[in-house]
Amino acid sequence: MKKIEAIIRSEKLDDLREKLDASGYTAMTVTEVKGRGAQKGILLEWRVGEYRVEFIPKVKVELVVNAETVDKVIEIILSVCSSGKVGDGKIFISSVEEVVRIRTGERGQKAL
Amino acid sequence: MINSGDTAWVLISTALVILMTPAVGFFYGGMVRKKSLLSTVMMCFASLFLISVQWVLVGYTLSFGPSKAGLIGGLQWLGLIGVGQAPNPDYAATIPALAFMLFQAAFAIVTPSLIVGSFVERIKFGAFLIFTSLWSLLVYYPVAHWVWGVGGWLRALGALDFAGGTVVHVTAGFAALAVALVIGKRIGYGKDNMEPSNIPLVVIGAVLLWFGWFGFNGGSALAANGLAVSAVVVTNTAAAAAALVWMVLSWLHRRPSVLGVATGAVVGLVAITPASGFVDPLSALAIGGIAAAISYYMIVLRMKLRIDESLDVFACHGMGGLWGSIATGIFASQAINAAGADGLLFGNPGLLWVQIVTVAVTAVFSFIVTYALATLIDLIVGLRVSENEELVGLDISQHAEVA
Repeated sequence: MKKIEAIIRSEKLDDLREKLDASGYTAMTVTEVKGRGAQKGILLEWRVGEYRVEFIPKVKVELVVNAETVDKVIEIILSVCSSGKVGDGKIFISSVEEVVRIRTGERGQKAL
Repeated sequence: MINSGDTAWVLISTALVILMTPAVGFFYGGMVRKKSLLSTVMMCFASLFLISVQWVLVGYTLSFGPSKAGLIGGLQWLGLIGVGQAPNPDYAATIPALAFMLFQAAFAIVTPSLIVGSFVERIKFGAFLIFTSLWSLLVYYPVAHWVWGVGGWLRALGALDFAGGTVVHVTAGFAALAVALVIGKRIGYGKDNMEPSNIPLVVIGAVLLWFGWFGFNGGSALAANGLAVSAVVVTNTAAAAAALVWMVLSWLHRRPSVLGVATGAVVGLVAITPASGFVDPLSALAIGGIAAAISYYMIVLRMKLRIDESLDVFACHGMGGLWGSIATGIFASQAINAAGADGLLFGNPGLLWVQIVTVAVTAVFSFIVTYALATLIDLIVGLRVSENEELVGLDISQHAEVA
């Protein structure tokens, strides 16, 4: 089992959720985060001139899937969230040792 | 002879001007970082209750009491003794003396709240209370007496200040610059993001100020008459012209900033204040529009000089009030107000000279006295919170509350 953490542009969240839903990936956790990458900060207007905001609001989407389907999910994320411009975000993938469904106590793939 | 219409209008205007002090709190509060939002709102609110009490005890008599050599009011009306329901024809013949007293209280209250913008996010609340009470005693009451008190020396000179461009805005603006120099920069100024906590709150503050200003300027006619209407018309016009010019300047720079237009509107209101009872609407367009450009570029300069006069009280109120007072000497017309005077454009350069002298005296007086007062308070009790208290924010460190 793999955990996919995708940090994406906030405005892409609805489209991504819809595409993932359509492919059967209904479960996910979404967090509003702030961060920076190559884009660094952005300039916002003050009453005169501007000031730099160093961390930009983004959305982090987390889902845990079967190892075999990781590439499929990555493909979906890339197709929805890539605009080709700096600031599109990143995807991190890591292994998950165990999953437990709290309601039933089921473990492993059955619990996904 | 009491006139019910006049009395009603002055009472309504009083309420409108009282609303402006918490409005300044929202206007400023939205511009500081979230960790000191409540402290900023609190300092303006504190001006309301602190000066209300002081005004009843000593402020009114020092400002408007029988003149001592044109310099300060006598103590005959201490605790409002002798200030009653009958009119005082020296100031307003058709409303109760108590109505005039409370209307004037609202001006004494809002003036120190304007200065708050210069030392936000780093002043001890206790030191602020001491500063505000002593500043009113040493700067506001004397200047109010000089310009507005019967027998006041600047009034005798022929100075025109319809609603407080000099008495309120020049005193507050130059005091703000002085106290900012004494207290010093916020930690991280010029390096950290000083991100405004809530721009919609700034806009709410600005529109409440715009609303309240109809009482500030319109009420200064002290009667429900044509002059009051004229003052309200030029007030709205100048605010609009200034917001428009600010929007254009901001847009030419990059984008039309919301924070910018809210600031512009307030600057227009400041500038029209001294002139509001003496000029026509076309003059108001010029006064407001030029004020916006003056304050805009003064902020640019202030930022280049790296002075942390945090919310630009000097640029907006000091320069706006200075320009408006001088503009009164240019655009004033007796066709608008027979009790006023003609300005430069109507063939009387003498008024312009009087206005310049009045502004210069007030600015220098306010700057010097405030600088000395702030330095003294800093030596005796300390103006600034500790470094740790400043980093945590004044909401937690001064009030143990969060916004």
